[in-house]
Amino acid sequence: MNTTKDIMIVGVGGQGSLLASKLLGSVLLAENYDVKVSEVHGMSQRGGSVVTYVRFGDKVYSPITDKGCADMIVSFELLEAARYTEYLKEGGTIIVNTQEINPITVITGAAKYPEKLLEKIKAKQISVDGLDALAIATEAGSQKAVNIVLMGVLSKYFDIPESAWLEAIEKCVPPKFVELNKKAFLLGKNH
Amino acid sequence: MKKLLLGNEALARGLWEAGCSFVSSYPGTPSTEITEYAAKYGEIYAEWAPNEKVAMESAFGASVAGKRSFCGMKHVGLNVAADPLFTISYTGVNGGMIIAVADDAGMHSSQNEQDSRHYAVAAKLPMLEPSDSREALEFAKKAYYISEKYDTPVIIKMCTRVAHSQSVCELSDRVEAPERKYEKNPQKYIMMPGFAKKRHPLVEKRTADLTEFAETSDINRIEGEGNIGVITSSTSYQYVKEVFGDSVKVLKLGMINPMPKRKILDFAASVDKLIVVEELDGIIESHCNSLGLSVTGKDKIPMIGELSQNKLAELLGKEIPHGKTLDDELPVRPPVMCAGCPHRGLFYTLAKNKITVFGDIGCYTLGAQPPLNAIDTVICMGASVSGLHGYNKALGKEAEQKSVCVIGDSTFMHSGITGLVNMTYNDTHGTVIILDNSITGMTGHQHNPTTGMNLKGDPAAKIDLEALCRAIGIKRVRVVDPYNISECDKAIKEELAAEEASVIISRRPCVLLKYVKTKPSLSVDSEKCKACHACMKLGCPALYIADNKKVSVDPTQCVGCGVCEQLCKFGAFGGKDEK
Repeated sequence: MNTTKDIMIVGVGGQGSLLASKLLGSVLLAENYDVKVSEVHGMSQRGGSVVTYVRFGDKVYSPITDKGCADMIVSFELLEAARYTEYLKEGGTIIVNTQEINPITVITGAAKYPEKLLEKIKAKQISVDGLDALAIATEAGSQKAVNIVLMGVLSKYFDIPESAWLEAIEKCVPPKFVELNKKAFLLGKNH
Repeated sequence: MKKLLLGNEALARGLWEAGCSFVSSYPGTPSTEITEYAAKYGEIYAEWAPNEKVAMESAFGASVAGKRSFCGMKHVGLNVAADPLFTISYTGVNGGMIIAVADDAGMHSSQNEQDSRHYAVAAKLPMLEPSDSREALEFAKKAYYISEKYDTPVIIKMCTRVAHSQSVCELSDRVEAPERKYEKNPQKYIMMPGFAKKRHPLVEKRTADLTEFAETSDINRIEGEGNIGVITSSTSYQYVKEVFGDSVKVLKLGMINPMPKRKILDFAASVDKLIVVEELDGIIESHCNSLGLSVTGKDKIPMIGELSQNKLAELLGKEIPHGKTLDDELPVRPPVMCAGCPHRGLFYTLAKNKITVFGDIGCYTLGAQPPLNAIDTVICMGASVSGLHGYNKALGKEAEQKSVCVIGDSTFMHSGITGLVNMTYNDTHGTVIILDNSITGMTGHQHNPTTGMNLKGDPAAKIDLEALCRAIGIKRVRVVDPYNISECDKAIKEELAAEEASVIISRRPCVLLKYVKTKPSLSVDSEKCKACHACMKLGCPALYIADNKKVSVDPTQCVGCGVCEQLCKFGAFGGKDEK
């Protein structure tokens, strides 16, 4: 029986998904899971749609998550949440930062940013945990902390002590940003 | 100690543990981090070479000197280094030598999807294929062993999913490599016909010896039991295990060239049905066919794109899960030049003047995207300059006055210089635009010979681009600021009109560089904005059209470069954002 769990982190290049996946991977390894994390570097990082897979369990083989297989998706942006619902398994949950970032296709007028996406995702009987992570990150002291706010939200779905997450933040973040990120994490967790 | 390492980081760790002391590479996704991580170890001398050919030849030199050496590159980089590759195969090595090549099935960040395993077959070199980070680390050690025992460079083939996935590794300490003193040996190291003729039979004998190694080494291992046998390697192995678990018998090849014969025939005889699972071309399958085996392989599994567990399951007739999609058609989100990217203003000027543009490899390839649509061709590193020359020779003066090429600073160092030499030597009057953003951008900010810093972050000699171009014979060399649209426009028009070859250096550092000080966000006075959308032709991600059809600025993205401001006839852009 394959017990591997799948978490996907999706967003827009530049939003800090690599740091989020590094943090998550580090926490899971400390909990003695086998872990694989798959990232995309290079051209897609330039404002494109980016996706990171985090898989953990007793023994993990494939580094990537397939359609219909994700236990959880953490989306850093609303349109990206809509794009990746297809990857969620039956009964999975998607955490959504409701921030909207226009893709270049919308900026140039070639396409329109779809309306009421959060409602439309919910209408598909998908379990959604939506929040304005940008506002929370701003409260924590930096708009760039959206990634860590969302890891705070994600932590609610794990049976892992808060201290383990905070230790991982100390390991993954440059010293001068540790306090800010801990604050962002806790604001997300207690949201 | 257990640690979660990126495949590339694990390979670097393996190099260090195995006593490697020399690394020379050229960056290229998905290979770049191997060298960046290797550079963090004090015992390893590591450098960025101007291109992959130079990197490989330098690593060869270090090997001749008796040191364990390494060079890394992406798949298309191996094309550049193919010349030394085929002959180093003949000379062999002194200190162990590893060449890492990282393929990019699925073309996440590449211009083609070539399968580098062909090079191992063609150059008659052993090639190892790790399937995760743990193997990347282990195979580095194995590769040095093979290299020194069989007197051969060894290729380690990575792919995006191995290079850019993290998995758990067991770390050990460094073991210094035994000293191997250089001794003059013309028959081995001078490949002129008389000597090379004597080396070729040794290469064939080596392949026979390595085949024997492939038969017996645990690098090619058999797992599980069952009536169905699967032969696989690299990341495909992980998908096979994900889909089938232990329900099939698997022959996992860690060495993809040369492949064993007896081991495969025995494996085939032990099962009822044989399936070969490999990404891109049918290399393992062809080998099986040559042994007289018939397999299920490329008849089911495509030669195009990446595999995944679901894809594999579906191709082999299994049920796969499906998720829920929304009914809306969602706008795509392609990568885009950053807000404040210095390339944007220059591309805008080229597009406005309807210039034919020979493009090159780098972030600026994104100038081909709408709304700029400013590029006509992109092939490979350096092809812009030589392509422009051929185009202008073919069409003459009229073309020369309506066409340019654009090439980044690092790409120009890599292989643009020789194209420029050709332009002056064979006399075309084209205009070469060097997009000098003072860094190698797309691969994540690596230094190069024009930046004045080396891989370790220390000050280094800085190539003077203006002096270099003049030395090549270009008399018209000028520098423009790409944030200044009228200056760009004037320079492009004047240089195109000139009846001699010219170089425009469009100089401004990448806006993402830490030392670049950005300005406060601009804002739009909606009273003054007439919704003409002239500024929207820039395709800047910081601009958007608000509900009232007027333009607005996203203050979280805008870095105040002011290029949009220059396009506004109504003075609608204001300074610092109120927020």
